Amino acid sequence: MLLNEFLFLAAFLFCVGVYGALARKNAVLVLMSIELILNAVNINLVAFAAYGHLIAGQVFALFVVAIAAAEVGVGLAIVLLIYRNRHSVDLTSVNSMKG
Amino acid sequence: MILAATQHLDVAQNIVFGLVSLSMVVAAIRVVTTDNVVHAALYLVVVLAGVAVDYVLLAAEFIAVVQILVYIGAIVVLLLFGTMLTRAPIGKSADLDNDQRWAAAVVSLFLLGVLGWALNDAWGSDRLPPAQVQRTADVGNSIFQTFVIPFEVVSILLLAALVGAVVIARRD
Amino acid sequence: MNTLLRNAWLIPAIPVLSFVLIIFFGKRLPKKGSEIGVAALGISLVLSIATAVAWISRHPVGEGHEKFRHAVDHNLFTWFSMGGTDVRFGIHVDGLTVTMLFVVTLVSFLVHVFSTEYMKGDRRYTHFFAALSLFTSGMLILVTAATTLQMILGWEIMGLCSFMLIGHWWEEQANSDAALKAFFTTRTGDIGLLVGVSVLFFAADRTFNAAKINELALDGHMSHWALLMGATALFVAVIGKSAQFPLHTWLPDAMAGPTPVSALIHAATMVVAGVYLVARMYGVFWSAFSIGAEGHAGVNPIAIIGGITILIAAALAFVQADIKKVLAYSTVSQLGYMIMGLGVGAWTGAVFHIFTHAFFKAGLFLGAGSVSHSGSHHSFDMKKDMGGLKKHMPITYWTFVVCSVALAGLPILAGFWSKDEILLGAGSNGYTAFLVVGLIGAAMTAAYMTRCVYLTFHGEARGNAAEHHPHESPPAITGPLVVLASLAAVSGLLNAPGFELFGKLNLNEVFAHAGIPEHHFSLLYAGGSTLIALLGITAGFLWYFRQLGPHGITERSRLLRAGYVFLDQKYFLDVLYTDYIIGGIKGPIPRAVYWFNQNVLDGVVNGVGVGARAVANFVYDVIDQKIVDGAVNGAGFSAEEGGSVLRVIQNGRVQSYAAVMFGVAAVSALALALIVSR
Repeated sequence: MLLNEFLFLAAFLFCVGVYGALARKNAVLVLMSIELILNAVNINLVAFAAYGHLIAGQVFALFVVAIAAAEVGVGLAIVLLIYRNRHSVDLTSVNSMKG
Repeated sequence: MILAATQHLDVAQNIVFGLVSLSMVVAAIRVVTTDNVVHAALYLVVVLAGVAVDYVLLAAEFIAVVQILVYIGAIVVLLLFGTMLTRAPIGKSADLDNDQRWAAAVVSLFLLGVLGWALNDAWGSDRLPPAQVQRTADVGNSIFQTFVIPFEVVSILLLAALVGAVVIARRD
Repeated sequence: MNTLLRNAWLIPAIPVLSFVLIIFFGKRLPKKGSEIGVAALGISLVLSIATAVAWISRHPVGEGHEKFRHAVDHNLFTWFSMGGTDVRFGIHVDGLTVTMLFVVTLVSFLVHVFSTEYMKGDRRYTHFFAALSLFTSGMLILVTAATTLQMILGWEIMGLCSFMLIGHWWEEQANSDAALKAFFTTRTGDIGLLVGVSVLFFAADRTFNAAKINELALDGHMSHWALLMGATALFVAVIGKSAQFPLHTWLPDAMAGPTPVSALIHAATMVVAGVYLVARMYGVFWSAFSIGAEGHAGVNPIAIIGGITILIAAALAFVQADIKKVLAYSTVSQLGYMIMGLGVGAWTGAVFHIFTHAFFKAGLFLGAGSVSHSGSHHSFDMKKDMGGLKKHMPITYWTFVVCSVALAGLPILAGFWSKDEILLGAGSNGYTAFLVVGLIGAAMTAAYMTRCVYLTFHGEARGNAAEHHPHESPPAITGPLVVLASLAAVSGLLNAPGFELFGKLNLNEVFAHAGIPEHHFSLLYAGGSTLIALLGITAGFLWYFRQLGPHGITERSRLLRAGYVFLDQKYFLDVLYTDYIIGGIKGPIPRAVYWFNQNVLDGVVNGVGVGARAVANFVYDVIDQKIVDGAVNGAGFSAEEGGSVLRVIQNGRVQSYAAVMFGVAAVSALALALIVSR
């Protein structure tokens, strides 16, 4: 297999994730897009680990998984709080830093 | 014999990879374009599962299993909880895209172009070596010997995230 | 023996120590500090006598005329070095030094003893003794000095102490004025001292050492012009300090101080400091004024000043009512003798006269003190408060008479020998005019002393002497009187013909080098001067004791009345000095300086101020307000406008920020990739 197959796949997923993070209104959907980004990165890491016989790539991917989990947890807590205060998770209305 | 076996293996891998990546691509695009939040979550599951299969193809079994357990088993569940708790509309909703989607599309396409060209330029025809299965024991050794400090830090991070999430979201 | 001579610096050091001790501890002691003073001076006196003995037992070196005891010139320490010259402090001990040490310490000791009784109960008893000690140390520093710088030191200490002691009862304006007058008059002379020392320093190849300066002067190695200037400048100082004409006016006024002060300072020691200076630096004067040169003109500045002083002071002594003033003018006159003696080349005579004069003049002053203490109830006015004291105060009377006769110069007593030597020198060295002056002066001296004795002790008791039961003074007062009178009687024999110990002891390098002629006893001169003295005494006796002669003539004759007034006003010299000279300077010069200060100096300063203010205004209005503030305000204004333009981007939405961020990241990635791949 070509290394590039995995890398291209990862790049595609990354860009789709970027589009989703920038274009979606619902906060939870943004979080999902961020998961896409992280997974793309993980594919990259593991592909290079296999390519270069580096075990460090897999270890790093593990850490990324752990951190992604933590991040989703905290992120959802924040989203819940936003929902509680504004009764909507529409990110376009969260603009009190305007100006 | 081994060469032939390797070649066979090679073909099989390519086929599997092709199928899986196709489904992943479709699913990913559906995640960011669908009107239904729950459908988006389910499409995400497909993507995550495809990633796990890719890990297996790359002979990183431990990661594959962890991926399924943690991502699909916990994170997606968490996202679905989040969806429910924020009264996201179950079923179709009016629109879930904001007004800068064309700008976002431009940015992401541009980024894709850049990345693609760069990747092609760098590793145009590099082949992956024949898969060598990484033993879980090796992964474990690496974590607890070379990367023990990042491991400890991540533990603390998880603790902090746990406490933080509780503190942020509690009703008072 | 040499140890004593080399350590003669102890003799001035002891009174200095005494001064410090009295200042710090005097008031707490039972006798209020006088015991320290008396003890210190006693020790110094003993040391001086020991030093004299050491000097006498020193072996003369040389042959014939050159045979004399060589001086001890001992360097104590180098004070500082500057420009290749070392300024040293040392002591120089020779016959002159030893003479002066003995005189100063003896008279000072006797005055200390006298003062313990005389100044009893005084308001500043302790400080009086402190000042006496300091003064004595100053004089002793002067006489043991090896360098002219040390002489300045001693000279100035004495000037200060004279001021302090004359003004001892400064609460009365007259006393304070007298102290100032003394100080300023001697200070006028001190300009000469500083100039003279400096000129001689440079003329003598940069040395302050007196012996070397004398040597160089006599060798003829100094430029004559510098030598003359130095000698003249020094002589100006001598005129001031030794009360010669025209700077003699301070000495009679200085009688405002306590009598022991008058005895010590203004009779025996300080006023002879000037004479000592001439005697010490005699090589300089001898060469500068060509005192001993062949075919000299018969006059030189020193002799002239001395001669004038003798006559004018003796004349003034006749018209004084205050006994101390009589003695003061007598001192001035005798100082004139000493200076004249040095001027005519009679060095030994002049120095011997210092020696003898100290004893009988101190005796006379202390006698006057005794009279005022116990006879005239603190008054010194002979005409008003004295008279007929002979029977009440016998010791005082007889000591006073002995000292007076010594002063007048009758044979055997001390004054005869010393005055005679001066006259001998004047006649033999070719200064005949001054011989005549000296003889006239001798006659006048005898006459006014007779007047003084008569008015004080004889006749009817007047004023206080009549009312306040005069009695003899206590032993603390009469003791010194007896000592001094005895010395006045016998000290002259030190230089008697055949014996001439004084002369031999005082021979020094200057004598040998300059070839100063020595003259020995001449019966002609002795007889002549005795006759003149007897003439004077007889005239006085007849006028006063027998009331013969034209009494009251000054009332009747206008010319003689004018003469009397002239004398009474001290030749109008005081008027001249105070009103015309000082007054003339006091008025116009300060006014001119004040005008200059107000208009020129202040004008410049004010102008600078006005200019500075105008510049400041300009800086404020134009530079600060317009330019600097404009720039600052402009910066703020542009920041504000720029901000309101850029504010549009901030719409508060995270996703738009993220979009920008990703876009920029993508562009940067492209750039990086392009660069790397190049």
